This record gives sequence, C-alpha cells and structure tokens, in this order.
Amino acid sequence: MMLLTCPWCGPRDETEYHYGGQAHVAYPENPSDLSDEEWADYLFFRDNPKGPFAERWSHSAGCRRWFNVVRDTATYQVLKVYTNADDPLPVVGSSAEAGGSR
Amino acid sequence: MAELTGLTQDLIGMRRSPLAGMARELMERAVTGERNVRVSEWRFTTMVSLRVDPASSAAEELEGVLGTTLPRTSGEVSSHGQHSVLWLGPDEWLVVSQMSPAVLVAALLESVGDAHAAVVDVSANRTVVELRGAAARAVLEKGCPLDLHPRSFGPGQAVSTTLARIPLVLWQVGPDSYRLLPRSSFAEYVARWLVDASQEFASTFRDGGRS
Ligand SMILES: [Zn+2]
Repeated sequence: MMLLTCPWCGPRDETEYHYGGQAHVAYPENPSDLSDEEWADYLFFRDNPKGPFAERWSHSAGCRRWFNVVRDTATYQVLKVYTNADDPLPVVGSSAEAGGSR
Repeated sequence: MAELTGLTQDLIGMRRSPLAGMARELMERAVTGERNVRVSEWRFTTMVSLRVDPASSAAEELEGVLGTTLPRTSGEVSSHGQHSVLWLGPDEWLVVSQMSPAVLVAALLESVGDAHAAVVDVSANRTVVELRGAAARAVLEKGCPLDLHPRSFGPGQAVSTTLARIPLVLWQVGPDSYRLLPRSSFAEYVARWLVDASQEFASTFRDGGRS
C-alpha cells in the first residue's frame, strides 16, 4: 500500500486516488497541423522510465482535485508532490521539455 | 402557485428515506453491552452544495447568511445555529442544516447575486447514517483506510473517504459517535455492512480491549 500526500488533504491511502498517467504532456498548439504519426505520438506514446517519473493523480475519493507526483518507478518512493499552480514546476526526466500543464 | 405548493406538500408526505425499509431491522440488530454499537438514519436532512472562490466577496456573503466561516482546511467543520459547514475541497463545501432546503437555498442564492458561485440543493443526493456506541470506531476501522485513532481524527472533523470500498463523507461528532453520508443508492449497502461488522461486538469474549 502506498501513502500519497494530497496537497489539500494530507496523507491518504493509495486506494483513495485515481492514477492519471504521465504529467506535463502539452496539448499541441495546432492539432490540425500534425501528421497522423505526430498525433498518434501525442495521444498514445508515453515515457516509461526506470526512476523518477512525473505523473498525474486525482484524489477521487477525497477532495477530487488533480495534482502531480514525482515517483521513482523502481522504488515507489514519492519524491515530490505539487500542483500546476506551483511555480516553478519541477523538471524531471525526458518529459520535462514539454513543460506547462494539460 | 398555490396549487404547486399543495402538490409539493403531497410529495413531501409521500417520500421515503433510503433506509426506510431497514428501520426496524436496524433497531433489532443494535448491539448492547459493554461494546455496544447501533446504526440509525437521520432522515431528510437538508444538504446544500456550495462552490465558490474562498477569496471572493461572494464567499463572504455566504458566510454572512450561514453565520459562520467556510472552513479553509481539510477535515474542518464550522457550525452555527442550525447549520454545519463541511470542507469538501479548496472551493467546495457541504452545508448540513436543520433549515428547510427551499428557504436556505433561496437565502444563499440571493446573497451571492450574479457572482461566480454555485448553490445547489443536494438533500436527496445522500442520507445521514448515524453510528454510535463504544465499539463504533472499531467497526469503522474494519473498512476505512483513514487513521481513526484519536491522535489523528476526532470529534468535529469530517472528511471525504471510503468505507467498505464506497465513497462517503465521514463526520465524527462525539467520542463514540459518527455520521456517515453515503450516496442514497449506497445507503442500504453501507447500513448492511455496518450491521454485519457490528455483530461480533455482542460477544462477551474478552480480547483485552481496543487500543
Ligand atoms: Zn485531497
């Protein structure tokens, strides 16, 4: 069982949360300009690092807010919890250059 | 308008609470003795959902009508007179009240005027299940992921969490008494789960007590 600290509610069991995949996948500026391959890449392709990974979580059984977690995928250690309102956003792994929020 | 009011009165007379069919069973299966615990329903409690920016003047107007502050942190409950305000999120609250929902909603809506805020009567969304008795915490601890030990949770606190895998608001009102606010459609499941989880405490077997 993993204990995640919601930015608003504090530490709660993993079972109260819903996983939302990789964080900071920016919506394309001009979606209609993308090739099929680029669009598929945006929609379906995600990083899969062994180590720190920035991901989205929703406190679905609690305050129902979305936030971000940097989690080590090898050890499950939670390295950082932050919201999109936090400034600046932490830079983690190869997804970092996408920047911004969804 | 008079006819509409008459119709509304008739409908109020006909309504059934989510646990109406279990009232007798809940009484009969109450656990007595040293580790007593019982389940009951608070029927037709007024509940109003508030969504507003807590830093806005609309929030101040709502606080004026309620006579108390909108709590700013998770777990916090503020109360005044007939109203209790439960924190559900950074811009979301649940008002639980003894006042009629029509009167309360009208007063709250009038106070915010055209401001960006939502005031919605959600009284039928949930019911209030009361769990009371010396074994109440021990019963909840069988199915709630929250730490309910007095060092981290106590009277006057309410949080959204899960019990027996379903989402609900858990509100502790006294050392041995809790109010559970499940969705109406989950109420019977929760009540049956609570009754089942309570039955072992009718036993006189001594296990050294709870810590
Ligand atoms: Zn939360």
